[in-house]
Amino acid sequence: MKFKYLPNVTTLDLDQSKCNGCGMCLVVCPQEVFSFNEKVSSITDRDACLECGACARNCPQGAIRVRAGVGCAYAVLMDKFNLKGSCCNDSCGCSLEDIADR
Amino acid sequence: MSRNQKELPMAGSDNAAECCPDPANSGDSYLALEANWLSGQLETAAGPVWRVDTTLNRKDQVDAIKMRLGIGRMSFAVPPGLYAAGNPDDASPVIVSANYKLSFDSLRREFSGLNLWILVLDTGGINVWCAAGKGTFGTAEVVRMVEASNLSEIVSHRALILPQLAAPGVAAHEVRNQAGFKVIYGPVRAADIPGFLNAGLKARPEMRRKSFTLAERLVLAPVELVGIIKPLIGVAVILLLLNLIASFLGDGRFSLTFVLGSTISALLPFVLAVVVGTVLVPALLPYIPGRPLAWKGWLLGVLLAFAYTTVIAPGITLLETAAYYLVLPAITAFLGMNFTGSTTYTSLSGVVKEMGVALPLIMISAGLGLIGLGAAYFV
Repeated sequence: MKFKYLPNVTTLDLDQSKCNGCGMCLVVCPQEVFSFNEKVSSITDRDACLECGACARNCPQGAIRVRAGVGCAYAVLMDKFNLKGSCCNDSCGCSLEDIADR
Repeated sequence: MSRNQKELPMAGSDNAAECCPDPANSGDSYLALEANWLSGQLETAAGPVWRVDTTLNRKDQVDAIKMRLGIGRMSFAVPPGLYAAGNPDDASPVIVSANYKLSFDSLRREFSGLNLWILVLDTGGINVWCAAGKGTFGTAEVVRMVEASNLSEIVSHRALILPQLAAPGVAAHEVRNQAGFKVIYGPVRAADIPGFLNAGLKARPEMRRKSFTLAERLVLAPVELVGIIKPLIGVAVILLLLNLIASFLGDGRFSLTFVLGSTISALLPFVLAVVVGTVLVPALLPYIPGRPLAWKGWLLGVLLAFAYTTVIAPGITLLETAAYYLVLPAITAFLGMNFTGSTTYTSLSGVVKEMGVALPLIMISAGLGLIGLGAAYFV
Protein backbone atom coordinates (compact mmCIF):
# COMPACT_ATOMS: atom_id res chain seq x y z
CA MET A 1 0.00 0.00 0.00
CA LYS A 2 1.26 3.45 -0.88
CA PHE A 3 0.48 6.11 1.69
CA LYS A 4 -0.28 9.60 0.50
CA TYR A 5 0.06 12.78 2.45
CA LEU A 6 -1.30 16.26 1.74
CA PRO A 7 -1.80 17.11 -1.94
CA ASN A 8 -0.23 20.11 -3.70
CA VAL A 9 2.37 20.91 -1.07
CA THR A 10 5.66 19.51 -2.33
CA THR A 11 8.41 21.90 -3.39
CA LEU A 12 9.71 19.36 -5.93
CA ASP A 13 10.64 20.80 -9.30
CA LEU A 14 12.21 19.12 -12.32
CA ASP A 15 13.76 20.95 -15.25
CA GLN A 16 13.35 18.42 -18.05
CA SER A 17 15.54 20.42 -20.41
CA LYS A 18 18.56 19.61 -18.21
CA CYS A 19 17.75 15.90 -17.84
CA ASN A 20 20.24 13.52 -19.49
CA GLY A 21 18.14 10.45 -18.84
CA CYS A 22 20.57 8.78 -16.42
CA GLY A 23 17.67 7.50 -14.34
CA MET A 24 19.24 8.13 -10.94
CA CYS A 25 16.09 9.88 -9.67
CA LEU A 26 14.02 6.80 -10.48
CA VAL A 27 16.51 4.64 -8.57
CA VAL A 28 16.76 6.69 -5.38
CA CYS A 29 13.15 7.81 -4.95
CA PRO A 30 11.48 5.67 -2.24
CA GLN A 31 8.02 6.81 -3.37
CA GLU A 32 8.14 6.22 -7.15
CA VAL A 33 7.46 9.85 -7.91
CA PHE A 34 9.35 9.75 -11.24
CA SER A 35 9.01 7.72 -14.38
CA PHE A 36 10.62 7.79 -17.79
CA ASN A 37 8.87 9.42 -20.67
CA GLU A 38 10.82 9.11 -23.91
CA LYS A 39 14.17 8.74 -22.11
CA VAL A 40 13.58 11.86 -20.05
CA SER A 41 12.52 11.75 -16.43
CA SER A 42 9.16 13.20 -15.55
CA ILE A 43 7.24 13.67 -12.34
CA THR A 44 4.25 11.38 -12.52
CA ASP A 45 3.21 11.10 -8.89
CA ARG A 46 3.99 14.51 -7.42
CA ASP A 47 1.82 14.20 -4.32
CA ALA A 48 3.68 11.09 -3.18
CA CYS A 49 6.87 13.17 -2.76
CA LEU A 50 8.10 13.32 0.83
CA GLU A 51 10.82 15.89 0.10
CA CYS A 52 13.65 13.65 1.25
CA GLY A 53 15.93 15.27 -1.31
CA ALA A 54 17.49 12.04 -2.62
CA CYS A 55 16.68 12.85 -6.26
CA ALA A 56 18.07 16.37 -6.17
CA ARG A 57 21.22 15.25 -4.35
CA ASN A 58 21.87 12.49 -6.86
CA CYS A 59 21.04 14.34 -10.06
CA PRO A 60 24.38 14.93 -11.79
CA GLN A 61 22.75 17.53 -14.03
CA GLY A 62 21.29 19.61 -11.22
CA ALA A 63 17.92 19.34 -12.91
CA ILE A 64 15.93 18.73 -9.75
CA ARG A 65 15.17 21.18 -6.99
CA VAL A 66 13.38 20.47 -3.74
CA ARG A 67 13.42 22.00 -0.29
CA ALA A 68 14.54 18.86 1.47
CA GLY A 69 13.67 18.32 5.09
CA VAL A 70 12.24 15.93 7.60
CA GLY A 71 8.46 15.75 7.80
CA CYS A 72 8.44 15.52 11.57
CA ALA A 73 6.12 17.72 13.62
CA TYR A 74 8.29 17.38 16.71
CA ALA A 75 11.35 18.63 14.86
CA VAL A 76 9.38 21.51 13.33
CA LEU A 77 8.04 22.43 16.76
CA MET A 78 11.48 22.35 18.38
CA ASP A 79 12.86 24.38 15.52
CA LYS A 80 10.07 26.94 15.70
CA PHE A 81 10.67 27.66 19.36
CA ASN A 82 14.42 27.36 18.95
CA LEU A 83 14.67 24.53 21.42
CA LYS A 84 17.32 21.89 21.58
CA GLY A 85 16.27 18.44 20.58
CA SER A 86 15.42 19.12 16.97
CA CYS A 87 17.70 16.26 16.11
CA CYS A 88 17.34 12.62 16.88
CA ASN A 89 17.71 11.89 20.55
CA ASP A 90 16.09 9.46 22.91
CA SER A 91 12.79 11.31 22.81
CA CYS A 92 12.61 11.28 19.04
CA GLY A 93 10.89 8.32 17.44
CA CYS A 94 12.33 9.35 14.12
CA SER A 95 15.49 7.35 14.53
CA LEU A 96 13.30 4.29 14.71
CA GLU A 97 11.59 5.31 11.53
CA ASP A 98 12.99 2.69 9.28
CA ILE A 99 12.85 0.07 11.91
CA ALA A 100 12.63 -3.22 10.05
CA ASP A 101 15.08 -1.84 7.55
CA ARG A 102 18.55 -0.56 8.05
CA MET B 1 41.24 -3.83 16.27
CA SER B 2 42.79 -3.07 12.95
CA ARG B 3 45.31 -0.31 12.80
CA ASN B 4 42.99 1.56 10.49
CA GLN B 5 40.28 1.71 13.03
CA LYS B 6 42.72 2.72 15.72
CA GLU B 7 43.89 5.65 13.68
CA LEU B 8 40.40 6.88 12.95
CA PRO B 9 39.61 10.25 14.37
CA MET B 10 36.16 10.19 15.89
CA ALA B 11 34.87 12.42 13.17
CA GLY B 12 31.28 13.36 12.95
CA SER B 13 31.67 14.19 16.59
CA ASP B 14 31.23 17.91 15.96
CA ASN B 15 27.81 16.93 14.76
CA ALA B 16 27.34 14.54 17.59
CA ALA B 17 28.42 17.08 20.16
CA GLU B 18 25.66 19.50 19.36
CA CYS B 19 22.89 17.02 19.84
CA CYS B 20 23.90 13.58 20.89
CA PRO B 21 26.40 11.96 23.21
CA ASP B 22 29.50 10.75 21.42
CA PRO B 23 28.54 7.17 20.73
CA ALA B 24 31.78 5.47 19.96
CA ASN B 25 34.40 7.14 22.09
CA SER B 26 35.03 3.91 23.92
CA GLY B 27 36.72 2.62 20.75
CA ASP B 28 39.14 -0.17 21.55
CA SER B 29 37.77 -1.10 24.91
CA TYR B 30 34.28 -1.39 23.46
CA LEU B 31 35.47 -3.80 20.82
CA ALA B 32 37.52 -5.84 23.26
CA LEU B 33 35.01 -6.02 26.10
CA GLU B 34 31.56 -5.44 24.75
CA ALA B 35 31.52 -6.52 21.16
CA ASN B 36 30.54 -10.14 21.48
CA TRP B 37 29.18 -9.90 17.95
CA LEU B 38 32.68 -10.32 16.56
CA SER B 39 34.31 -13.64 15.70
CA GLY B 40 38.01 -13.31 15.11
CA GLN B 41 40.02 -11.39 12.59
CA LEU B 42 40.84 -11.63 8.93
CA GLU B 43 44.25 -10.70 7.49
CA THR B 44 44.13 -8.26 4.60
CA ALA B 45 46.56 -6.28 2.52
CA ALA B 46 45.86 -3.34 4.81
CA GLY B 47 46.09 -5.16 8.13
CA PRO B 48 43.68 -7.26 10.18
CA VAL B 49 39.93 -6.72 9.89
CA TRP B 50 37.36 -7.90 12.42
CA ARG B 51 34.88 -10.53 11.29
CA VAL B 52 31.28 -10.17 12.45
CA ASP B 53 28.93 -12.91 13.59
CA THR B 54 26.01 -13.37 11.24
CA THR B 55 23.73 -14.64 13.96
CA LEU B 56 22.32 -12.45 16.67
CA ASN B 57 23.03 -13.57 20.22
CA ARG B 58 21.01 -13.03 23.35
CA LYS B 59 22.67 -9.73 24.18
CA ASP B 60 21.93 -8.39 20.69
CA GLN B 61 18.27 -9.23 21.21
CA VAL B 62 18.16 -7.63 24.65
CA ASP B 63 19.87 -4.55 23.18
CA ALA B 64 17.25 -4.42 20.44
CA ILE B 65 14.42 -4.42 22.98
CA LYS B 66 16.13 -1.67 24.97
CA MET B 67 16.60 0.41 21.83
CA ARG B 68 12.94 0.02 20.88
CA LEU B 69 11.96 1.19 24.33
CA GLY B 70 14.30 4.15 23.97
CA ILE B 71 16.50 3.11 26.90
CA GLY B 72 20.07 4.39 26.54
CA ARG B 73 19.86 4.11 22.83
CA MET B 74 22.94 6.22 22.25
CA SER B 75 25.19 3.73 23.97
CA PHE B 76 24.46 1.24 21.18
CA ALA B 77 26.76 2.48 18.46
CA VAL B 78 29.02 0.28 16.38
CA PRO B 79 32.61 1.55 16.13
CA PRO B 80 33.09 2.80 12.55
CA GLY B 81 35.48 0.89 10.31
CA LEU B 82 35.73 -2.01 7.91
CA TYR B 83 34.36 -5.39 8.95
CA ALA B 84 34.21 -8.76 7.23
CA ALA B 85 31.33 -11.19 6.92
CA GLY B 86 32.42 -14.72 6.06
CA ASN B 87 35.67 -14.89 4.12
CA PRO B 88 35.65 -11.98 1.68
CA ASP B 89 38.43 -11.47 -0.84
CA ASP B 90 39.44 -8.62 -3.09
CA ALA B 91 36.50 -9.26 -5.42
CA SER B 92 33.85 -9.36 -2.71
CA PRO B 93 31.20 -6.66 -2.60
CA VAL B 94 31.40 -3.81 -0.09
CA ILE B 95 28.21 -2.94 1.79
CA VAL B 96 28.11 0.45 3.49
CA SER B 97 26.21 0.78 6.77
CA ALA B 98 25.29 3.31 9.42
CA ASN B 99 26.68 2.63 12.89
CA TYR B 100 23.26 2.41 14.55
CA LYS B 101 23.37 -0.99 16.20
CA LEU B 102 19.84 -2.00 15.19
CA SER B 103 20.61 -1.21 11.55
CA PHE B 104 23.94 -2.99 11.72
CA ASP B 105 22.38 -6.05 13.37
CA SER B 106 19.54 -6.30 10.87
CA LEU B 107 22.21 -6.13 8.18
CA ARG B 108 24.68 -8.78 9.40
CA ARG B 109 21.82 -11.13 10.28
CA GLU B 110 21.19 -11.41 6.53
CA PHE B 111 24.79 -12.23 5.71
CA SER B 112 25.18 -15.83 6.86
CA GLY B 113 26.81 -17.84 4.12
CA LEU B 114 27.86 -14.71 2.24
CA ASN B 115 31.36 -13.34 1.84
CA LEU B 116 31.49 -9.57 1.84
CA TRP B 117 32.90 -6.45 3.38
CA ILE B 118 30.90 -4.10 5.59
CA LEU B 119 32.06 -0.49 5.78
CA VAL B 120 30.53 1.07 8.88
CA LEU B 121 30.37 4.87 8.79
CA ASP B 122 30.26 7.15 11.79
CA THR B 123 26.66 8.35 11.68
CA GLY B 124 26.61 9.21 15.36
CA GLY B 125 24.78 6.01 16.26
CA ILE B 126 21.83 7.07 14.12
CA ASN B 127 20.06 5.03 11.46
CA VAL B 128 20.53 5.49 7.75
CA TRP B 129 17.40 7.46 6.96
CA CYS B 130 17.75 10.05 9.74
CA ALA B 131 21.51 10.29 9.32
CA ALA B 132 21.14 10.84 5.58
CA GLY B 133 18.58 13.55 6.24
CA LYS B 134 20.99 15.27 8.60
CA GLY B 135 23.95 14.75 6.29
CA THR B 136 25.98 12.63 8.72
CA PHE B 137 25.46 9.68 6.37
CA GLY B 138 26.74 11.87 3.59
CA THR B 139 29.15 12.14 0.70
CA ALA B 140 31.98 13.43 2.90
CA GLU B 141 31.65 10.60 5.44
CA VAL B 142 31.60 7.93 2.72
CA VAL B 143 34.72 9.42 1.13
CA ARG B 144 36.44 9.75 4.50
CA MET B 145 35.78 6.14 5.50
CA VAL B 146 36.80 4.74 2.12
CA GLU B 147 40.15 6.44 2.62
CA ALA B 148 40.49 5.71 6.36
CA SER B 149 39.86 2.00 5.83
CA ASN B 150 42.35 1.75 2.94
CA LEU B 151 39.58 0.09 1.01
CA SER B 152 41.31 0.55 -2.33
CA GLU B 153 44.15 -1.70 -1.09
CA ILE B 154 41.76 -4.37 0.13
CA VAL B 155 39.42 -4.73 -2.84
CA SER B 156 40.33 -4.71 -6.51
CA HIS B 157 36.96 -3.46 -7.73
CA ARG B 158 35.71 0.11 -7.28
CA ALA B 159 32.09 -0.20 -6.22
CA LEU B 160 30.21 0.47 -3.00
CA ILE B 161 26.73 -0.78 -2.23
CA LEU B 162 24.82 1.80 -0.22
CA PRO B 163 21.37 1.49 1.28
CA GLN B 164 18.94 3.33 -0.96
CA LEU B 165 17.72 5.32 2.02
CA ALA B 166 21.16 6.96 2.25
CA ALA B 167 20.50 8.77 -1.03
CA PRO B 168 19.18 11.99 0.60
CA GLY B 169 22.68 12.49 2.05
CA VAL B 170 24.99 10.94 -0.52
CA ALA B 171 25.61 12.20 -4.05
CA ALA B 172 26.68 9.12 -5.99
CA HIS B 173 28.44 11.10 -8.71
CA GLU B 174 30.44 13.08 -6.14
CA VAL B 175 31.60 9.94 -4.32
CA ARG B 176 32.88 8.70 -7.66
CA ASN B 177 34.70 11.96 -8.30
CA GLN B 178 36.21 12.23 -4.85
CA ALA B 179 36.93 8.64 -3.84
CA GLY B 180 36.99 6.84 -7.19
CA PHE B 181 34.28 4.42 -6.09
CA LYS B 182 31.02 3.95 -7.92
CA VAL B 183 27.96 4.05 -5.68
CA ILE B 184 25.32 1.42 -6.30
CA TYR B 185 22.12 1.94 -4.35
CA GLY B 186 20.92 -1.34 -2.92
CA PRO B 187 17.48 -2.24 -1.67
CA VAL B 188 15.62 -0.37 1.06
CA ARG B 189 15.34 -3.46 3.28
CA ALA B 190 18.34 -5.39 4.57
CA ALA B 191 16.47 -8.65 4.02
CA ASP B 192 16.52 -8.00 0.28
CA ILE B 193 20.31 -7.74 0.05
CA PRO B 194 21.02 -11.44 -0.64
CA GLY B 195 18.44 -11.35 -3.44
CA PHE B 196 19.95 -8.12 -4.73
CA LEU B 197 23.44 -9.67 -4.79
CA ASN B 198 22.19 -12.84 -6.46
CA ALA B 199 20.44 -10.83 -9.15
CA GLY B 200 23.71 -9.17 -10.12
CA LEU B 201 23.17 -5.98 -8.09
CA LYS B 202 19.73 -5.39 -9.55
CA ALA B 203 16.90 -4.31 -7.28
CA ARG B 204 13.38 -5.27 -8.21
CA PRO B 205 10.94 -2.33 -8.06
CA GLU B 206 9.40 -3.52 -4.80
CA MET B 207 12.87 -3.51 -3.21
CA ARG B 208 13.03 0.24 -3.85
CA ARG B 209 9.78 1.16 -2.18
CA LYS B 210 9.63 2.21 1.42
CA SER B 211 6.90 0.17 3.01
CA PHE B 212 4.99 1.07 6.14
CA THR B 213 3.25 -2.08 7.24
CA LEU B 214 1.17 -2.62 10.37
CA ALA B 215 4.15 -4.21 12.11
CA GLU B 216 6.43 -1.35 11.07
CA ARG B 217 3.92 1.17 12.41
CA LEU B 218 3.33 -0.63 15.69
CA VAL B 219 6.95 -1.32 16.55
CA LEU B 220 7.28 2.45 17.01
CA ALA B 221 4.57 2.60 19.67
CA PRO B 222 6.68 1.59 22.71
CA VAL B 223 9.19 4.41 22.28
CA GLU B 224 6.36 6.91 21.82
CA LEU B 225 4.62 5.57 24.91
CA VAL B 226 7.80 5.76 26.97
CA GLY B 227 8.24 9.34 25.79
CA ILE B 228 4.76 10.27 26.97
CA ILE B 229 5.11 8.86 30.49
CA LYS B 230 6.66 12.03 31.93
CA PRO B 231 3.85 14.40 30.89
CA LEU B 232 1.35 11.76 32.00
CA ILE B 233 2.90 11.70 35.47
CA GLY B 234 2.56 15.47 35.47
CA VAL B 235 -1.14 15.16 34.68
CA ALA B 236 -1.50 12.56 37.45
CA VAL B 237 0.10 14.91 39.99
CA ILE B 238 -2.19 17.79 38.99
CA LEU B 239 -5.24 15.53 39.23
CA LEU B 240 -4.10 14.31 42.63
CA LEU B 241 -3.78 17.90 43.89
CA LEU B 242 -7.17 18.83 42.44
CA ASN B 243 -8.77 15.86 44.15
CA LEU B 244 -7.05 16.69 47.41
CA ILE B 245 -8.37 20.23 47.28
CA ALA B 246 -11.81 19.06 46.22
CA SER B 247 -11.81 16.55 49.07
CA PHE B 248 -11.08 19.25 51.63
CA LEU B 249 -13.52 21.71 50.10
CA GLY B 250 -16.21 19.06 49.88
CA ASP B 251 -16.96 17.87 53.40
CA GLY B 252 -13.69 18.96 54.97
CA ARG B 253 -12.73 15.39 55.74
CA PHE B 254 -9.74 13.78 54.14
CA SER B 255 -10.10 10.27 52.81
CA LEU B 256 -7.08 8.68 51.18
CA THR B 257 -9.11 6.02 49.39
CA PHE B 258 -11.48 8.65 48.02
CA VAL B 259 -8.64 10.88 46.79
CA LEU B 260 -6.68 8.03 45.21
CA GLY B 261 -9.78 6.46 43.72
CA SER B 262 -11.01 9.66 42.15
CA THR B 263 -7.51 10.52 40.90
CA ILE B 264 -7.22 7.18 39.15
CA SER B 265 -10.65 7.46 37.58
CA ALA B 266 -9.88 11.03 36.47
CA LEU B 267 -6.57 9.86 34.99
CA LEU B 268 -8.18 7.03 33.02
CA PRO B 269 -9.45 9.12 30.05
CA PHE B 270 -5.98 10.67 29.66
CA VAL B 271 -4.34 7.24 29.64
CA LEU B 272 -6.91 6.09 27.08
CA ALA B 273 -6.19 9.17 24.94
CA VAL B 274 -2.47 8.37 25.01
CA VAL B 275 -3.11 4.77 23.99
CA VAL B 276 -5.45 5.88 21.20
CA GLY B 277 -2.95 8.48 19.96
CA THR B 278 0.17 6.31 20.06
CA VAL B 279 -1.19 2.82 19.32
CA LEU B 280 -4.58 3.04 17.66
CA VAL B 281 -3.83 5.93 15.28
CA PRO B 282 -0.70 4.20 13.87
CA ALA B 283 -2.48 0.84 13.72
CA LEU B 284 -5.52 2.19 11.88
CA LEU B 285 -3.59 4.82 9.90
CA PRO B 286 -4.63 3.72 6.40
CA TYR B 287 -8.26 3.20 7.39
CA ILE B 288 -8.98 6.53 9.10
CA PRO B 289 -10.45 8.92 6.52
CA GLY B 290 -8.61 12.15 5.71
CA ARG B 291 -4.91 12.84 5.19
CA PRO B 292 -3.61 15.19 7.88
CA LEU B 293 -2.41 13.09 10.79
CA ALA B 294 -3.71 15.56 13.36
CA TRP B 295 -7.12 15.15 11.76
CA LYS B 296 -6.90 11.36 11.94
CA GLY B 297 -5.94 11.62 15.60
CA TRP B 298 -8.76 14.08 16.25
CA LEU B 299 -11.38 11.80 14.70
CA LEU B 300 -10.38 8.88 16.92
CA GLY B 301 -10.29 11.28 19.86
CA VAL B 302 -13.91 12.27 19.27
CA LEU B 303 -14.83 8.59 19.18
CA LEU B 304 -12.95 8.10 22.44
CA ALA B 305 -14.71 11.07 24.03
CA PHE B 306 -18.03 9.61 22.93
CA ALA B 307 -17.14 6.18 24.29
CA TYR B 308 -15.86 7.59 27.56
CA THR B 309 -18.77 9.91 28.28
CA THR B 310 -21.47 7.43 27.31
CA VAL B 311 -20.10 3.99 28.20
CA ILE B 312 -17.26 4.30 30.71
CA ALA B 313 -18.44 7.29 32.74
CA PRO B 314 -22.08 7.93 31.83
CA GLY B 315 -22.85 9.67 35.12
CA ILE B 316 -20.67 12.74 34.60
CA THR B 317 -22.00 16.28 34.32
CA LEU B 318 -22.66 18.18 31.11
CA LEU B 319 -19.69 20.44 31.83
CA GLU B 320 -17.37 17.47 32.21
CA THR B 321 -18.77 15.85 29.09
CA ALA B 322 -18.12 19.01 27.08
CA ALA B 323 -14.65 19.33 28.59
CA TYR B 324 -13.72 15.77 27.62
CA TYR B 325 -14.92 16.39 24.07
CA LEU B 326 -12.46 19.29 23.96
CA VAL B 327 -9.49 17.75 25.78
CA LEU B 328 -9.35 14.14 24.57
CA PRO B 329 -9.48 14.86 20.79
CA ALA B 330 -6.87 17.62 21.33
CA ILE B 331 -4.51 15.08 22.90
CA THR B 332 -5.04 12.44 20.23
CA ALA B 333 -4.76 15.07 17.49
CA PHE B 334 -1.43 16.21 18.92
CA LEU B 335 -0.15 12.63 19.20
CA GLY B 336 -1.36 11.92 15.66
CA MET B 337 0.48 15.00 14.43
CA ASN B 338 3.54 13.86 16.34
CA PHE B 339 3.42 10.55 14.49
CA THR B 340 4.44 12.41 11.30
CA GLY B 341 7.99 12.02 12.60
CA SER B 342 7.66 8.26 12.54
CA THR B 343 5.98 7.88 9.19
CA THR B 344 7.73 7.12 5.96
CA TYR B 345 5.67 9.36 3.73
CA THR B 346 5.15 12.80 5.28
CA SER B 347 6.89 15.80 3.75
CA LEU B 348 8.21 18.87 5.55
CA SER B 349 5.94 21.18 3.54
CA GLY B 350 2.94 19.06 4.41
CA VAL B 351 3.80 18.93 8.11
CA VAL B 352 4.31 22.70 8.25
CA LYS B 353 0.95 23.25 6.53
CA GLU B 354 -0.84 20.78 8.77
CA MET B 355 0.68 22.23 11.93
CA GLY B 356 -0.24 25.76 10.96
CA VAL B 357 -3.89 24.80 11.07
CA ALA B 358 -3.89 22.09 13.72
CA LEU B 359 -1.65 23.48 16.43
CA PRO B 360 -3.69 26.61 17.30
CA LEU B 361 -6.91 24.56 17.29
CA ILE B 362 -5.34 21.90 19.49
CA MET B 363 -4.12 24.51 21.97
CA ILE B 364 -7.47 26.32 22.13
CA SER B 365 -9.41 23.08 22.43
CA ALA B 366 -7.11 21.67 25.13
CA GLY B 367 -7.05 24.97 27.01
CA LEU B 368 -10.82 25.34 27.11
CA GLY B 369 -11.28 21.69 27.98
CA LEU B 370 -8.81 21.84 30.86
CA ILE B 371 -10.49 24.96 32.24
CA GLY B 372 -13.80 23.10 32.03
CA LEU B 373 -12.40 20.06 33.81
CA GLY B 374 -10.84 22.22 36.51
CA ALA B 375 -14.06 24.14 36.96
CA ALA B 376 -16.02 20.90 37.23
CA TYR B 377 -14.23 20.20 40.51
CA PHE B 378 -15.60 23.32 42.09
CA VAL B 379 -19.14 23.70 40.77
